Amino acid sequence: MTYSAGQIWLIIALLGAGTFAIRFSFLGLIGNRPLPPFALRVLRFTPVAVLPGMVAPLILWPPATDGVFDPVRFACGLVTLVVGVWTRSFYFAVVAGAITLYGGLLIV
Amino acid sequence: MPETTAKTAFWAGARNGAPFILMAAPFALVYGVLAVEAGLTLAQTMGFSVLVIAGASQFAALQMMVDNAAVALVLLAALAVNLRMAMYSAAMVPHIGPAPLWHRALVAYLLFDQTYIASVARYEDRPQMTVAQKVAYYFGVATPITPLWIICSLIGASVGATIPDSWAMDFALPLFFTALVAPMLKSLPHVVAAGVSVAVALVLSGLPSGFGLIVAALCAMLAGAMVEQWMEARR
Repeated sequence: MTYSAGQIWLIIALLGAGTFAIRFSFLGLIGNRPLPPFALRVLRFTPVAVLPGMVAPLILWPPATDGVFDPVRFACGLVTLVVGVWTRSFYFAVVAGAITLYGGLLIV
Repeated sequence: MPETTAKTAFWAGARNGAPFILMAAPFALVYGVLAVEAGLTLAQTMGFSVLVIAGASQFAALQMMVDNAAVALVLLAALAVNLRMAMYSAAMVPHIGPAPLWHRALVAYLLFDQTYIASVARYEDRPQMTVAQKVAYYFGVATPITPLWIICSLIGASVGATIPDSWAMDFALPLFFTALVAPMLKSLPHVVAAGVSVAVALVLSGLPSGFGLIVAALCAMLAGAMVEQWMEARR
């Protein structure tokens, strides 16, 4: 990480303010005015649109192995995904993924 | 007796909010560990947990910062993760819109996935609740999880430096985020959005840190919304 302390605090302050603005948006500022339907539709997809794109390169090319494909970490990602889709449960997915990761790292 | 009923609503909220600590505690611990490992000071680590107080976006910001992405891109990615909260905010208005402004400001500060989901479910279940009861219930839900989030971030940050590499904490973020997203893949539009996000992010991974992700997220949001609209039009 090559940021100055000032830059890091700037990120914290702006992210804090921005996040509060999002949370306060309708409750405090916009009130009961309806959003355009397509905007609401797009908003609903933000977690599913951001997180997979962030995670995919980390699963395929983990920084811990200097970006070299690691079968154990890939298997962990795959098991977490499958168990999460199958059980619809964050907890089961995390536990299954962790077991795969630690089990795999022990064996390899 | 509105006071006693508000009190009852508060404690009902606290009871229903208690199970959320099972998820928040490990999430906050790992956040604290990763934050100090990434090079944040204790104060900066806690600054995120107190001022931003939104787990997934704190992890996202951290990941972008580890990649040394430009400040604007760190903010864009982390705020994009939080955009869903605008929906929560809108969903709360019919219930607590008439509450005093400072109540609504505090509700906004504490608007997490958990508080939103638990509260709106309760309000829809019991339409006879007064605004005061609804606010009290909401603060009840937030009461176990909020201090715990902050304390566990602090514990994680304090012990972070002593955790050995063999624990593979490097993989906690992909593990948590995959586990968060997988249960959301419940309809074709969501699967399409996730697939587009992954594909575009991988193709553009050679671009300067963060750029690829922002483009991927925009494409994915549009793709998901368009597929959903198309499916509804066909019905």
